Amino acid sequence: MIDCQSIRKIYASQAGPTEALKGITFSIGTGEFVAIMGQSGSGKSTLMHILGCLDVATSGTYTLDGQDVTEMNENELAQIRSTRIGFVFQAFYLLPRATVLRNVMLPLMYAGVPRQQREPRARAALEKAALPEKFYNYSPNQISGGMMQRVAIARALANDPVMILADEPTGNLDSKTGQMVLETFQSLHRQHGRTIVLITHESDVAAYAARIVRLKDGEIIEDRKTI
Amino acid sequence: MTAIDLAIELGSALTSNKVRTGLTVLGIVIGIGSVIAMVSIGQGGAKSIESSIQGLGSNLLTVSPGALSNARGGVSTGRGMAPLSIDDASAIAGIAGVAAVSPELNRRFQMTSSLGNNTNSNVIGVESGYLTARSLAIDAGTFITSQHNAAFSRVAVLGPTTVKDLFGDADPIGKTIRINRMDFRVIGTTVAKGSSGFFNPDDTAFVPLETMQRILVGADVVSTIAVSVADKTQMADVKAQVTELLASRHRVDPAAPDFSIFSQEDVLGTLNQVTNTFTMFLGSVAGISLVVGGIGIMNMMLMTITERTREIGLRRAIGAKQWQISLQFLAESVALTLLGGILGILLGWLLSLLVTTFAGINTSVTASSVVLGVGMSSSIGIIFGFYPARRAGKLHPIDALRYE
Ligand SMILES: Nc1ncnc2c1ncn2[C@@H]1O[C@H](COP(=O)(O)OP(=O)(O)OP(=O)(O)O)[C@@H](O)[C@H]1O
Ligand SMILES: [Mg+2]
Repeated sequence: MIDCQSIRKIYASQAGPTEALKGITFSIGTGEFVAIMGQSGSGKSTLMHILGCLDVATSGTYTLDGQDVTEMNENELAQIRSTRIGFVFQAFYLLPRATVLRNVMLPLMYAGVPRQQREPRARAALEKAALPEKFYNYSPNQISGGMMQRVAIARALANDPVMILADEPTGNLDSKTGQMVLETFQSLHRQHGRTIVLITHESDVAAYAARIVRLKDGEIIEDRKTI
Repeated sequence: MTAIDLAIELGSALTSNKVRTGLTVLGIVIGIGSVIAMVSIGQGGAKSIESSIQGLGSNLLTVSPGALSNARGGVSTGRGMAPLSIDDASAIAGIAGVAAVSPELNRRFQMTSSLGNNTNSNVIGVESGYLTARSLAIDAGTFITSQHNAAFSRVAVLGPTTVKDLFGDADPIGKTIRINRMDFRVIGTTVAKGSSGFFNPDDTAFVPLETMQRILVGADVVSTIAVSVADKTQMADVKAQVTELLASRHRVDPAAPDFSIFSQEDVLGTLNQVTNTFTMFLGSVAGISLVVGGIGIMNMMLMTITERTREIGLRRAIGAKQWQISLQFLAESVALTLLGGILGILLGWLLSLLVTTFAGINTSVTASSVVLGVGMSSSIGIIFGFYPARRAGKLHPIDALRYE
């Protein structure tokens, strides 16, 4: 479903160009739960941005769900993000002005889902993300970090994306709530057959995934199945 | 993203920082309010001048000595040219289409009544045709007749303001007044006509023209000849004939006459020019405050966008297109200015009401100035919101998400 061929990413900065990805070739099938591991600076986030169509590779080709994304412009990429990808970030990024329910409905608005369908779909997503119903009309400021990350997971699920990308989703959580969030990902994978790409630098987090891809200095040094 | 979505997003964005929103809107309120107030004062002034001039009679031609410098229709009469005479007036009376001719001589004099009151007013030497030509009516007594003129009678007809100044509430008819230390007998009073802004026809005394020339002024001249035209459609025709006639009488070229003829239309046109310029001047002074308000909007929008950079990044990450982000911020600035515009119209209307009540200047808030206010405020929102909105849309999602 995801196919990367010799993906390179070069950042131009004042200190000269940095090659963050040096020819990544790999693919991910539908329904896989993959953890991307590596030390800080190894290029994990850079890879995720390219996989999530937030950025484009300097060279190489990237095919998502049969569509070549390499040459797309900003608005076409936005369209892909809107319909096929769900993001979960370390810092949650929930809108404090809106209720939990409205946060989850936000991607549906940009995807052009008719108003009356949004709330039922948001509720279904929140249910899959295992958020208790009493929090639905809370403001994100009023709930705990673990709950916030579940709201973010529900938001990522709302549009029924083909892939969920999570960048250090447990980075801001204590280990116990972190585990709960990871279990949520695991159940999404096992019970709902979701494709999940999880980025982390902790091996016990990666242990929840069925496959681990290890990066070092912008190259894949290991790719193994855990089960 | 529907209009309702946009409205909901707007509502939550604008209410999240009420003080800042309020202060920014206030800038626009003051800007639009002063534009509306200034324009309404200008338009109201124009309207009251116009109506009082129309009250003077719309088919009147006024002949004055001196050439009209016709640069851009401006009215300015040269002095020291060949004066007009009563004979000129009699000649004009012979032109077809002329209903009445009134030669007049105008001077200010000190007047004293038998009660000891005194006033400094306009004294006009007139013939009997004055009433018809100037569409004035007698309130009590009689007006100046041709017999009075033939006999150089020392009689006077007083305007209501002069009556009040000289006699208070007492009946003036039959009493004696002194004009320039000479006795005149009051034979009548005229009805009130109302001020036309710069000349008050009620604050006058009328005396026979011959008496005025011989006794009060000592010169055989008239200062104005008012010509009333029977039919309004003949105005241009009569004006041409009067020009021709007077030019030949004065032995000058009709193209460069030593007199000038105005119709009420000319005066109205010139005054409109003056009041329009005045209104535009007032409006543009107020417009500057509107621009300042607009800069306030732009400043606030740039600040908001910086504050909400991560929100913008998130929206872009979950699928918002560049134009959707831009539209959202543009809608915010237009909503701010439109709100300011509506409140500003109310403020401007209130201000002009206050001006009318306390300064006595007529004002009129017209539908067009309301349209102007709404149009201006939304354009300000679009113009000053455009750059920030564009900038918000152009933010790169990753950079925006990483923004601290
Ligand atoms: N916008 C950028 N401009 C210049 N260099 C960048 C930029 N983003 C990343 N880099 C560089 O690319 C390399 C990979 O960065 P990346 O953020 O992908 O690492 P990472 O594996 O996600 O690290 P971490 O675990 O700390 O998040 C680093 O050397 C980083 O300095
Ligand atoms: Mg990273």
